[in-house]
Amino acid sequence: MEPSLASSPVIEFRDVAYALPNGQPLLSGMNLQVRRGETLVLLGRSGSGKTTTLKLVNRLLSSSGGEVRVNGAPTAETDVIRLRRSIGYVIQDVGLFPHFTVERNIGLVPRIEGWSPERIQGRVQELLHMVGLEAHLASRYPHQLSGGQRQRVGVARALAADPAILLMDEPFGALDPLTRDQLQREFFSLQQRLNKTVVFVTHDLREALRLGSRIALMESGRLVTVLSPQDFLRSTDPLAAAYVQAFGGGLDSPANRGAS
Amino acid sequence: MNLLHFLMQNREQVLELTLEHLWLVGISTLLAVLVGIPLGILSAHWPVWNKPVLGTANIIQTIPSLALFGFLLPVPWLGDRADRLAILALTLYALLPVIRNTYTGIRGVDPAVVEAGRGMGLTPNQLLFQVELPLALSVILSGVRVAVVVSVGLATIAAAIGAGGLGEFIFRGLAMVNNQLILAGAIPAAFLALSADFGLGWLEKRLRPR
Repeated sequence: MEPSLASSPVIEFRDVAYALPNGQPLLSGMNLQVRRGETLVLLGRSGSGKTTTLKLVNRLLSSSGGEVRVNGAPTAETDVIRLRRSIGYVIQDVGLFPHFTVERNIGLVPRIEGWSPERIQGRVQELLHMVGLEAHLASRYPHQLSGGQRQRVGVARALAADPAILLMDEPFGALDPLTRDQLQREFFSLQQRLNKTVVFVTHDLREALRLGSRIALMESGRLVTVLSPQDFLRSTDPLAAAYVQAFGGGLDSPANRGAS
Repeated sequence: MNLLHFLMQNREQVLELTLEHLWLVGISTLLAVLVGIPLGILSAHWPVWNKPVLGTANIIQTIPSLALFGFLLPVPWLGDRADRLAILALTLYALLPVIRNTYTGIRGVDPAVVEAGRGMGLTPNQLLFQVELPLALSVILSGVRVAVVVSVGLATIAAAIGAGGLGEFIFRGLAMVNNQLILAGAIPAAFLALSADFGLGWLEKRLRPR
């Protein structure tokens, strides 16, 4: 392996474009690098191309121009099933399998990867604990859980096969404010321990400042700028400034977020 | 009661015709399931196939059953034996509810669930057999239930081309203007339809995802 691997980006967009089959462009001229162990937040309003960007990473969408690289290899040339199994994926609607118990939901990828039942069971228990769920919930069905519990299971499921990369599409967007606050805090401390490379989509600046190592601001299918949370608050970029203004005062400054 | 007396007296023939009837319905339903579910999956996954497949099944449904039996009669291998012909015709009629419900069932699976499954790296087959089909099962089964109930009724007409079944009694009764004979065919047929409806309905409820 090259010696520069540790510092080379885990995910890299090189002049990536994406257009719908009817030719309507959703994303263009995208250049972005995600570093190992960081949480890169894609921030922008609806339709700005955040989710499109995210789905290009695990090839739920295929770019119509340019190149997306994961761990140095172009995703277009990687086996798509292997690629997706090496990347955790969490979405707002969670998408738990309603006919599976919590345990089977979390253990699905390990199971199809051929893990032994004992190992899966152990891993499920470990993950439940990790995301703050009690062990007895393993035998419940998704409809027997609260929204917050469901999203915790969604996170546990994404972490099941211990992927190095985690893609999260507004994972806490559908939760009530108190639950969201709690999950954000827990996710932040979990991420401190696990050191995954995370790409996190949100339209909530507060969430972006709280969780992100860097914030990539998007608008109309383009990347506007990439800033650290501190720089974002001081940015003179009109769009960034507009965001800061829209969210008003009392924004969580990154300096004290570790205390929460 | 006269009818009861008749049924008891001819119980061997009643039983034989009932079994024949069940055979016609059973085999044709099985064939319709074997053909219809894949066609339903096809049209759910590839929208191009949706219109031709459902359209054809729809058109078949509109052909009057007696006419369809008549159309198929001169077909070489088929026309040789009446039960083959009847089974084919019943299969064709049973296709529409099976295809349509398979399509509806699969399309009705929560898109978030499918997206999560794809994002996790399930292969298309794993997604189909572990997620889509299990979640669509109760809807598919309700299509099968409709197919069976309709088939039980339609199969009585198969006696017109000599395929046997409980329609024998009905046609004989019509020819002899004997209401009792008609009822001897109609009542067991209705009973078959009701029990199939009840049995499959029960199964459907048990399989419904929460």
